[in-house]
Amino acid sequence: MNIHEFQAKELLAQRGVLIPSGRVCCTPEEARATAETLLAAGETLLAVKAQIYAGGRGKGTFTTGYQGGVKLFRTATEVYEGAKAMLGNVLVTKQTGPEGRRVRKLIVAGAPEIEKEFYLAVLLDRVSSRPVVMASTEGGMDIEEVATRTPEKIFKELVDPALGLMPYQARKIAQGLGLKGELISLGVRLLTGVYRTWWECDASLLEINPLCIVRTRQNQRVLMAVDAKMALDDNALYRHSDLQAMRDLEEEAPLEIEASKFSLNYIKLDGSIACLVNGAGLAMATMDIIQHFGGRPANFLDVGGGATKEQVTAAFGIILQDPNVKGILVNIFGGIMDCNVIATGIVAAVRTTGLKLPLIIRLEGNNVEAGKKTLEESGLDLASATSMADAAKKAVMAVSGS
Amino acid sequence: MSILVTPKTRVLVQGITGGFGARHTQLSLAYGTQIVAGVTPGKGGQMFDQTVPVFDTVSAAVAATGATASAVFVPPAFAADAILEGVDAGLDLVVCITEGIPVNDMVRVKRALQGCRTRLIGPNCPGIVTPGEGKDSHNGCRIGISPGYIHKKGPVGVVSRSGTLTYEAVWQLTCRGIGQSTCVGIGGDPVNGTSHLDVIRMFNEDPETRGIIMIGEIGGSSEEEAAEWIKAHCQKPVAGFIAGATAPPGRRMGHAGAIVSGGKGTAAAKIEAFKAAGIAVATTPSEMADTLLKMM
Repeated sequence: MNIHEFQAKELLAQRGVLIPSGRVCCTPEEARATAETLLAAGETLLAVKAQIYAGGRGKGTFTTGYQGGVKLFRTATEVYEGAKAMLGNVLVTKQTGPEGRRVRKLIVAGAPEIEKEFYLAVLLDRVSSRPVVMASTEGGMDIEEVATRTPEKIFKELVDPALGLMPYQARKIAQGLGLKGELISLGVRLLTGVYRTWWECDASLLEINPLCIVRTRQNQRVLMAVDAKMALDDNALYRHSDLQAMRDLEEEAPLEIEASKFSLNYIKLDGSIACLVNGAGLAMATMDIIQHFGGRPANFLDVGGGATKEQVTAAFGIILQDPNVKGILVNIFGGIMDCNVIATGIVAAVRTTGLKLPLIIRLEGNNVEAGKKTLEESGLDLASATSMADAAKKAVMAVSGS
Repeated sequence: MSILVTPKTRVLVQGITGGFGARHTQLSLAYGTQIVAGVTPGKGGQMFDQTVPVFDTVSAAVAATGATASAVFVPPAFAADAILEGVDAGLDLVVCITEGIPVNDMVRVKRALQGCRTRLIGPNCPGIVTPGEGKDSHNGCRIGISPGYIHKKGPVGVVSRSGTLTYEAVWQLTCRGIGQSTCVGIGGDPVNGTSHLDVIRMFNEDPETRGIIMIGEIGGSSEEEAAEWIKAHCQKPVAGFIAGATAPPGRRMGHAGAIVSGGKGTAAAKIEAFKAAGIAVATTPSEMADTLLKMM
């Protein structure tokens, strides 16, 4: 599960990480009031930031033609106008795809005076199976590009989960970033807070880009998390009711939300051949084989190992809501599951949904003969396949003919 | 021989009285596996299926029955504890079937496993099968949830991150009359106990195994590591398949570990590594068995 920038910043602030002063706003009036408060408190420059899950907001464009999902203003009236232009409108960035995302919330915050920008992230290092804290002097940049071009500018510390991030490790990172004097101990405090946020929230990714040396109005230099991006481990959400409450259904694809209600794993893609498969690996392989024979998969859909009739019916319902779908490929390896139960489920689902599209079914495994018989005797217009390759070829042909 | 388990291996089941654990314990018993004990805290003293004694703790079960391997079927929130209980009891092998364990729980488990003699397989995996000599491969050792009847005793070792893709490969082999030495599902999570490489090393040393099918998927670098080792050390033919070439970057494809992040863990990179190591890559999942058989 992803969360918004303002939510990630709240979690960081709770653990002692400095963030720009400000708040989340849902209306232009609220944005103006927040701006007035911030200006009265001495801020001179204000940032208005659209809250959507996708990155690239600054360089994005609203479908209304308004430029930029992150803007700087000096007056409350400008903030009001900017908020009005953003809220309720669709922002297209390089990460949203052409359909963009509707902006429903904004951060209005003080824009600090930045002296230097760094990159900081905590994530899982899969090779060592340990958390890794990663920092770079190249703040604000695309970290993948830094990793390819100038890997020496990235500093990594693997963390022993039994100990947590030790202060000496934080000092090593601070040194790598070139921090001196007071900033070293501030860096240790910030790094410890960021690591704790990652660990305590069961995050899968916490990225602060940029992390900044900021000059305060009192002329002090401090370290501040100016942006934050955070993703959480879905498997651990059961033990974090506060984080569950942060789920923003508006940001998730409606079909994926519906699928999750039936414990189906569905990801919408943009092809025309829908697939319904048991098992994640087999589901991926089914998408691949469709592409191999010249088709395009419309989705990833794993109905799990013990799919029920209800789940199969729900799966058909979800697939059919995608207007791009021109044909359906069902690929089931019924290891323990009885293929006849699956076949009965498919027949029922086809009848319930009144399916008109070409349907290709590949069944294999336990009690497969009875399953095939059920399909044949149903009188439904469907094609049986003998192997995955056969199924994919038939599906591609059915779709190209229509 | 086989790897990890033989038909004689004495197995206990953690979570034997839960619905899922009970069902698969019955299937393992029907397959002829030596299921000697079950563990469910609070249900010690009961009998499962009138044949298998249930204990409150793993150590009590081990002391009473001499079990050396366990299958973990407990729910995700309690699975890390169950794995470490098996480690504490001195088991040789713990196979964790449970899907949905928090990643940080597994990070801690993996840390706790350092220096221990217990090998962990999984989690989020179908388990292990060493097929037996009987009809439909019966009297073998089945730990987990794989369908027993698709197997056949023979010379091919199978290792995979995916359950149903393993069944697909095994069934292709069996339908062509070729059996398996041992089939190992290492699981689809980002942190697991045993890697592709660990299993490949064992297959390489197992005299009965004469060919290997290695099935991978997007995410992580377990396949690349194995490929590098195979290039330098493996004396047996290896065929491979990688799932997820069409998966969109940044999305988790069902398995918690199946994600291309930061441009890393792509199917293309893994296939490249396989080819560089002399591993024959099946272009479609329908050709996994044939790709290996051409080499053997």
